Amino acid sequence: MEELIQHVINGLNLGAIYALIALGYTMVYGVLQLINFAHSEVYMVGAFAAYYGALRFHLTDNPGWGAFGLTLLIAMVICSALGLCIERFAYRPLRGAPKTNTLITAIGVSLFLQFAGQVVFGADPKLFPEVLRDETLFSFGEIRIQLFDVTILAVALVAMLLLNYFINKTKTGMAIRAVSFSFRSATLMGINVNSIIMVTFIVGSSLAGIGAVLVGLKYPKIQPLMGTLIGLKAFVAAVLGGIGNLPGAIVGGLLMGLCEEMVVAYLSSTYRDALAFGLLIFILLFKPSGIMGQTRVEKV
Amino acid sequence: MGGLLKQSLRGWILVLVVALCISALANVGLNPYQQQILFYIAINIMLATSLNLVNGFCGQFSLGHAGFMAIGAYASALVSLNFQPLGAGFDVLIFPFYALIGGICAGLAGFVVGMPSLRLRGDYLAIVTLGFGEIIRVVLLNLDVAGGARGLYGIPGRTDFMACFHAFFWAGTTVLLLWRLVHSSYGRAFLSVREDEIAASCMGINSTRTKVMAFVISSFFAGAAGSIFAHTTNSLNPSSFQFVKSVDVVIMVVLGGMGSLTGSVIGAILVTILPEALRPLQEYTHVDLRMVIYSLTLILLMIMRPSGLLGSREWNQILPGPWRRRAARA
Repeated sequence: MEELIQHVINGLNLGAIYALIALGYTMVYGVLQLINFAHSEVYMVGAFAAYYGALRFHLTDNPGWGAFGLTLLIAMVICSALGLCIERFAYRPLRGAPKTNTLITAIGVSLFLQFAGQVVFGADPKLFPEVLRDETLFSFGEIRIQLFDVTILAVALVAMLLLNYFINKTKTGMAIRAVSFSFRSATLMGINVNSIIMVTFIVGSSLAGIGAVLVGLKYPKIQPLMGTLIGLKAFVAAVLGGIGNLPGAIVGGLLMGLCEEMVVAYLSSTYRDALAFGLLIFILLFKPSGIMGQTRVEKV
Repeated sequence: MGGLLKQSLRGWILVLVVALCISALANVGLNPYQQQILFYIAINIMLATSLNLVNGFCGQFSLGHAGFMAIGAYASALVSLNFQPLGAGFDVLIFPFYALIGGICAGLAGFVVGMPSLRLRGDYLAIVTLGFGEIIRVVLLNLDVAGGARGLYGIPGRTDFMACFHAFFWAGTTVLLLWRLVHSSYGRAFLSVREDEIAASCMGINSTRTKVMAFVISSFFAGAAGSIFAHTTNSLNPSSFQFVKSVDVVIMVVLGGMGSLTGSVIGAILVTILPEALRPLQEYTHVDLRMVIYSLTLILLMIMRPSGLLGSREWNQILPGPWRRRAARA
């Protein structure tokens, strides 16, 4: 029982991180109907930005909330800038092109960042700087609640609440919803679609930056190919919840994290990565619109 | 009917002659390194043209060609390791049979993967095939029969005249069969699904069936290519079938032009030879810039020339005037 609770806590942690990244996929998919393959590399660059930023500003000298916050900020800013660049230079020239072309471009950008990352950062893994010290907050018997667990969940929760406020309560958020509802009608209503898409990329990418720092805390080994697998799983989480649907991405992410933790705990860790795709094929077979997504009738 | 027979006979004779010429040339004028590249060209032609059927002609997007190649390679290698009815000198005679087995296994896998994902519109196929390719690799890594991370060794394989002929005969067969397919009523169904799925369904085309068919055929040839790969390299390793391999094939197709078999052949030849030509650059810079160049090429191609080198034109449409007229008449 105690073991199970510990696994649930770990699973929720992993799930919260997946959810943060999945939100980025689902937001971009919502406005552009594009699988932003490069999102996982934005996340990777976020981890490296935090790494170099922390080293540059000597944040490891006095770890604590200030250092952690600053690392988060650095990662978010760099990620947003990268997301903007990708949108501006790779996706915008292809607006209106056939979907396959944008998809290929997205894959191209993703690969480019991966391999350029290997050239720039070096292919060997690096140790994420300790900007926050882990400690046991309290323990009941076998169960230990670590500071990192609480931090990850709390930061993810705050980010999601802020996002919720932004999307549902602000004017820009309304515009994002309008664009994802219908690109053309939004243009006719006087919404500047280009700037809305840019905002979407900024928000999505900074969420990936937060995710990167949180992962860096918990699993402190970073390398240029770290984004691929976690990005794919986050995408599967987004599909699981219903792509284009923000609460769906969160539910999907948490579910994915829990499932993965349980598989590792009770089956075998070799199936860890196969699980995501098994889950994907399963959901595509039985409910392709995802848990929270509704099926849209396609009109001719 | 007679005309059709003559036409198809002419295709086969052409394939035979081309394969014979290339393998004869390979054994006279090329060193083993160049012969190896020649084999890879044959394999890549098969991979690129077959992927083009799905990505170019059918308008879907598959990203897991390396996975199907892996299935074909491992399946046929396991058969050939355990079943060698002919002596060592004649084993090349049974190579086509191995390739057939590899192809059939890959085709079955294609059916299993394609069925759920092709029912849906959109980009799901890309993700599912990508995931599938990774699953295959993970499974191969953990499978004892397949040798795990060490892979399989001692697969009967040769690089002599007959083996080269076999590889190019398969490559030619692939191109020929796909050519006949896309110029048939099935081919028109593929094109109509690519252009507008809803309109195609309205015209009575079962779009899911059409897409699954294209996908299975494409997987079949990828599997056969995998078998040829296994029987020239003599050993197999899961790391040969990584995601990057699938991307390689996509680049060949995109570079040549989606919807052009001629383009895929040209793309396959270019993408096979280019890395070898870029080797001096790698020695000069000491870092592997190859993939950086590849991915940048992909992005720039999509932005500046999304149609690739040939677009959807075939060889008979790019010949100069008088030749083109002759080809059109023939």
